[in-house]
Parts: sequence; structure tokens; C-alpha cells
Amino acid sequence: MEPIIETKNLSKSFKGFLAVDRLSFAIGHGEVYGLLGQNGAGKSATMRMLLGLIFPDSGNIFFNGSEFSNSRRDLLKNVGAIIERPDMYGYLSGWENLKIFAALSGGKIPATRLHEVLELVGLKGREKDKVKTYSQGMKQRLGIAIALVHKPELLILDEPTNGLDPQGIAEMRALIVSLSQDHGKTILISSHLLYEIEHIATNMLIMHKGKKVVDGPVNKLLNPDKNLVEVIIRADSSIAGKLASSQWQQYLQSKENTIITFKMNPANTPALNKWLVGENIDVLEIRTKHSLEDYFLSLTNDTVTKDRVI
Amino acid sequence: MIQLLRIELYKIFKRPRTYISFVIAAAITFVIQLAMITDGKTFMNFAMQGINEQFEIQGNIINGYFVTHIILQSLLVHIPLLVALVAGDSLAGEANQGTLRLLLTKPISRSKLVFVKFLSSFIYTVILIIWLAIVSLLLSILIFGKGDMINLKSETFIIILKNDVLWRYMAAFAFAVLAMTTIASMAMLLSAFADNSIGPIISTMGIVVVLAILSNLEIPLFNYIKPYLFTTHMIGWKGFFDDPVPLGAIGRSAMVLVCYTTGFIACTIFYFNRKDITS
Repeated sequence: MEPIIETKNLSKSFKGFLAVDRLSFAIGHGEVYGLLGQNGAGKSATMRMLLGLIFPDSGNIFFNGSEFSNSRRDLLKNVGAIIERPDMYGYLSGWENLKIFAALSGGKIPATRLHEVLELVGLKGREKDKVKTYSQGMKQRLGIAIALVHKPELLILDEPTNGLDPQGIAEMRALIVSLSQDHGKTILISSHLLYEIEHIATNMLIMHKGKKVVDGPVNKLLNPDKNLVEVIIRADSSIAGKLASSQWQQYLQSKENTIITFKMNPANTPALNKWLVGENIDVLEIRTKHSLEDYFLSLTNDTVTKDRVI
Repeated sequence: MIQLLRIELYKIFKRPRTYISFVIAAAITFVIQLAMITDGKTFMNFAMQGINEQFEIQGNIINGYFVTHIILQSLLVHIPLLVALVAGDSLAGEANQGTLRLLLTKPISRSKLVFVKFLSSFIYTVILIIWLAIVSLLLSILIFGKGDMINLKSETFIIILKNDVLWRYMAAFAFAVLAMTTIASMAMLLSAFADNSIGPIISTMGIVVVLAILSNLEIPLFNYIKPYLFTTHMIGWKGFFDDPVPLGAIGRSAMVLVCYTTGFIACTIFYFNRKDITS
């Protein structure tokens, strides 16, 4: 089966600044594909090219095997999107906004469908209010309703949790997961938060300075066997000796004062904790870090070299 | 296309700001009508001081037709601004609000979007001119009554019999629609270049003012370019109050305005189809 989206050597520059550099990737049907990168990495520019908002300098985009530039309008009938902020007509009600964008989505959409999506995003009862009175979270949810109303196969969501409060973020993540699992949507989502992509996406691509750094299935990239388990203990001079004679020595990554780091599957954390307690070592904190997290943070801090391998 | 046009008109007429133009047009008209009620005779004596020495003009001189003519000459500068308020906002306002981004992720052709926005600006212009006709002509006739119309010119004056005036106003208002549509199309072109609507609205007015000055300056250097400026032809409606009516000159002015409008819209479509939407 053809990927729903495929890009080949996509490049785009703005006034000499290379925003996207020969980017190639493919998204399969039903995937939740995370585009991860720091601000300015080229995520939004990539999404805008996929929607025909900006034009690539070179490269190709294919939707279900068809060249996007040749049949933009037909292909967009099957796409719903939120790019950056969910901006709408503030002087119109939520219902009027939804109705307008539904009418522009390429097909007759009955009022029952409009009620259905409002119900789905949790805006039922507020649809008659003017959008200028909505909170950021409500606007974001209305944006999702607009993106979904014509039952597209593909959703393109650019940082959909931006500007939301913690509860709004949790609700939005749950909604996205539900759209994928319960409604079978293919979703391309961008974020600058690894944690977010990890909890939503099935596949991901990390971008840095317009280039692809790595892509693949999330569970493979976040290889649990390469995860780091960091244990913070109360100072104990006997710990080095006790570790050396235990099975945990093989996982030991580093030891700095009271912070001991193990490279192992987090599934073994309870057993490690049990052993530490059994050895009368006071455990203050245990936390898991992905091998990718350090790498991604190093990207964010701009200290990584381009050929570093995960 | 019809669906998109209905949506554009819905957006225009749901916006409170749209009605500011109607209020402004009515306010200016009422002020002039009020001035003519209170001080019309003084104005008339001043305007006709040279004529009164040679002719004795009797009857209802300050009638609805005469007052409307004064109003239309006064509104020459204001109506383009009111048209630019909507047309200049058509693309740039959407970019500024961020809704252009959302609109263009829908399966709509950019050319069609520009054309529909132009059509909706045209319809708005027609409605604004009809409104102007109602508040200036209809209301002035109701207040001042009918009578033969005196068209005061710099060195001459023309008396048009009252039974011969109404069609001239209808034609003048139709011509005004054409002239204002040219302004709307220019404002749209400027709107395509901008990401906020203030720039295109001010630029439109700036261009109209500068070109109108060039059209009126009696300097030989500018005489060569005057026939090519749309502002020279925007005042073609005045010809309907001449005797005889210079239909040839009015037709040529109309053609120039149509050419300008077509050119502005073609340029807007050409540019907008290649524009990166980064707003």
C-alpha cells in the first residue's frame, strides 16, 4: 500500500535561510507520526508545504502516490489541519465558524455531522457563543472540530497543545489518541516536546536545522533496553562494593556522588529498588530517562554534531 | 463559487466594522443637508454672485437635485476610503487574523478565492452606492423638494430641467460604482502584498490622493500622463450633468476604468497564486 504522505528531498528557504533541507519521509495509513524538533527546526515549514500554503524550492510531495502539486484541491478534501494557532473569525460564533469551514471542505455536510464533531471535541452547549469569548483550549478544540468535520483520512496538527493549560494538554492528548485508535485517523503531529510525541505517536522523525536527524517507530527509537534509570540515594560509602558484587553491576552506567545511573530496561526498576532497600541503602528518588531524551536535549542546546549516532 | 461568494458576503456583513462606512456616508450627507437647510441661501448667493448680476433666477433653486450634486462632489474623497476599508482588508485582514491559513488548507483554488473576494467587494460597493443614493438623493428630494437643477461650473452654469435630471443621477451612480470598483481592485492588489489591513487601506488612499492631485494639476509635464491615470477618469460621472452629455468621453473613461480593474485583479491573482502563506 502506498504511504498516505511521502516527501522526497523537500527543500525550502526563506530569504537565504534554509528552513527545510532535502527532507524525505513517508507516513503509512493509520500511523500517528510525530515531527519532533526545537523551535525553528523546520516542522511548521514542512507542514505548510504539505498543505500547499508555501511552495517548496525543490523536491516532491506525494499523497497516496499522487503528486501533490498536480492535484492539490482533490487531495486537500481528504485532509484536516491546524497550523500553529487555531485562528478563526472572532466576531462569529463557534457554530458559524464550523459551518463556514465545513462548507469549504469540498462536499455537503449535514448539520448532524456538525453537532457530532462538537460533541466529540466537548464544545456542545458553547457553539452559539462568539469565538472571541473562547479560551485558547476551546479555540484549539474548535480547530480540531473544523479539521475533522469532513471526515478526512489525514489530520495535520502543528503543535496542537501550544498555549494550553496542563488540563487542556491532557485532554488534547487524549483526544488525539482517541482519533487515532477509535476513529482510525492518520495523524501527523509536530511538537518540540519528546514526552508528548512519545505518548501520542507510533512513529517519529526528529528534525534539526531543517534536516532529518533520525526517524522510525517510536518504540524502536526509544529502545527500552537503552533507557537510563537514575537512582538518587543518601550518601553511603559501602554502595560501590555492594554494587560490584551484585547483578546490577552489568547495568551500571555511571556513579557520581549520590547519583547512580543504570542503563537498562525500566521494567527492572522495582527489582533494583527492592535490592537497594534490602542492602539498607536509602533511596531518595528513582527516575527513568530515555536514551533519546539526552540526545534531543543536546540538540536543543545546540551542542550536538550532525553525525552523532543514537 | 456561489457558495464561496455567499460565505464572503456573510463574513463582510456580519462584521460591525462594515456598517461604519454606511454610518459615515450618512453622517456626511446629513451634515451637508443640515448646512443647506440653515445656510443654503447664503451659500447660493455666494456661489452665484457673478451670475446674479446678469441673470435673474427664480424658483426653488436649493432643491433636492442641487443639494445631491453638492453632496456627491463633497464625497469624492471619502467614498474611496470607505471602499478601501473593506477591499483592503479582504486578503490582508484574513492574513492578520490567521484565518487565511485555515482557508487555504481547504480545497479552494487561490484564483477563485481572489475573484470571489473581488466580487464581494464589488457587491459591497454597489450596496454602499445605493445607500448613498438613498440618503443623498431620496432624502434630499424629501427635504428640499424637486426643481430644475443648476450645475455650477467654474465659468459657466447649466440648468437642467427637473424632468431631465433623474436619469442623469442613475447614470452617475452607476458610473460611481465603476470608479469605486477600480479603487476596490487596487486595494485588493495592495492587500495581497500585506499581512495587515492598515497598510493597504492607507496606501490606497495615498495613491488616490497623489494621483488625483496629478490629474488636477495644470502643469504641462503632467498633461501627457493625465489621460492614463484612473483618477482622471473617476470623475467621469460629472459628464452626465453637462449639456449635451459627452457620451464618447464618458465611454472612454469607463473603458479606462474597466481596463485598470481587470489589470489590478489579474495582477492580484498572479501574485497571490505564487505567494507563500507565512502568516
